[in-house]
Amino acid sequence: MPSADQLKERIEAALPGAVVRVEDLTGGGDHFRAEVVSGRFDGLSRIEQHQLVYGVFGDEVGGAIHALSIKTSTPGES
Amino acid sequence: MTNAEIHEFLEKAIGENNVMLFMKGTPEEPRCGFSLRTSGALNELDVRYAALDVLPDPRIREELSAISGWPTIPQLFIDGELVGGCDIVMEMYETGELAEKLGVEMPEGKEPAAPEVELPAQSGPIPLENRLD
Repeated sequence: MPSADQLKERIEAALPGAVVRVEDLTGGGDHFRAEVVSGRFDGLSRIEQHQLVYGVFGDEVGGAIHALSIKTSTPGES
Repeated sequence: MTNAEIHEFLEKAIGENNVMLFMKGTPEEPRCGFSLRTSGALNELDVRYAALDVLPDPRIREELSAISGWPTIPQLFIDGELVGGCDIVMEMYETGELAEKLGVEMPEGKEPAAPEVELPAQSGPIPLENRLD
């Protein structure tokens, strides 16, 4: 079962320089919330920003990771 | 129904309905907190929308994600374009962007009425939909 720290590390590895905060909402390892601040989001639509983060986990979202709630912003916005 | 037929059906649903929501359960009986909040936002804005329950056949969700490139449910399409899942739709609802996109007035003095997501008290590794009939 994934942990919030593992998710954080994987997002950070995929988006170098990103500031990432991941919370396990239930403590059950399947409902997470991730807040990601990254320069990579510059110029992307919200959909594309979220897809970048979902893309880190592929099929695991909806599977082992039942729910991943995402909030994205760029360094300028936050 | 074959996967190809489901795929074609979904593309048609997205193309023919200006506001198309794919959700778990129905607007009357949502089966997941995220779907509840998303359909709740549309209800608050008093717009007509089509909704399809993805739960009856797992292939609906597989084919939908193949079309949209989006892994989770709900998914809201407006004018044939994926707008987002629960997080994006709620954010757009709160900023008034959703009302604007739908060409409706934001209800006056209304806070988002959809309740906070109620998470299952005990959540195991089994995806929720597999526990449902």
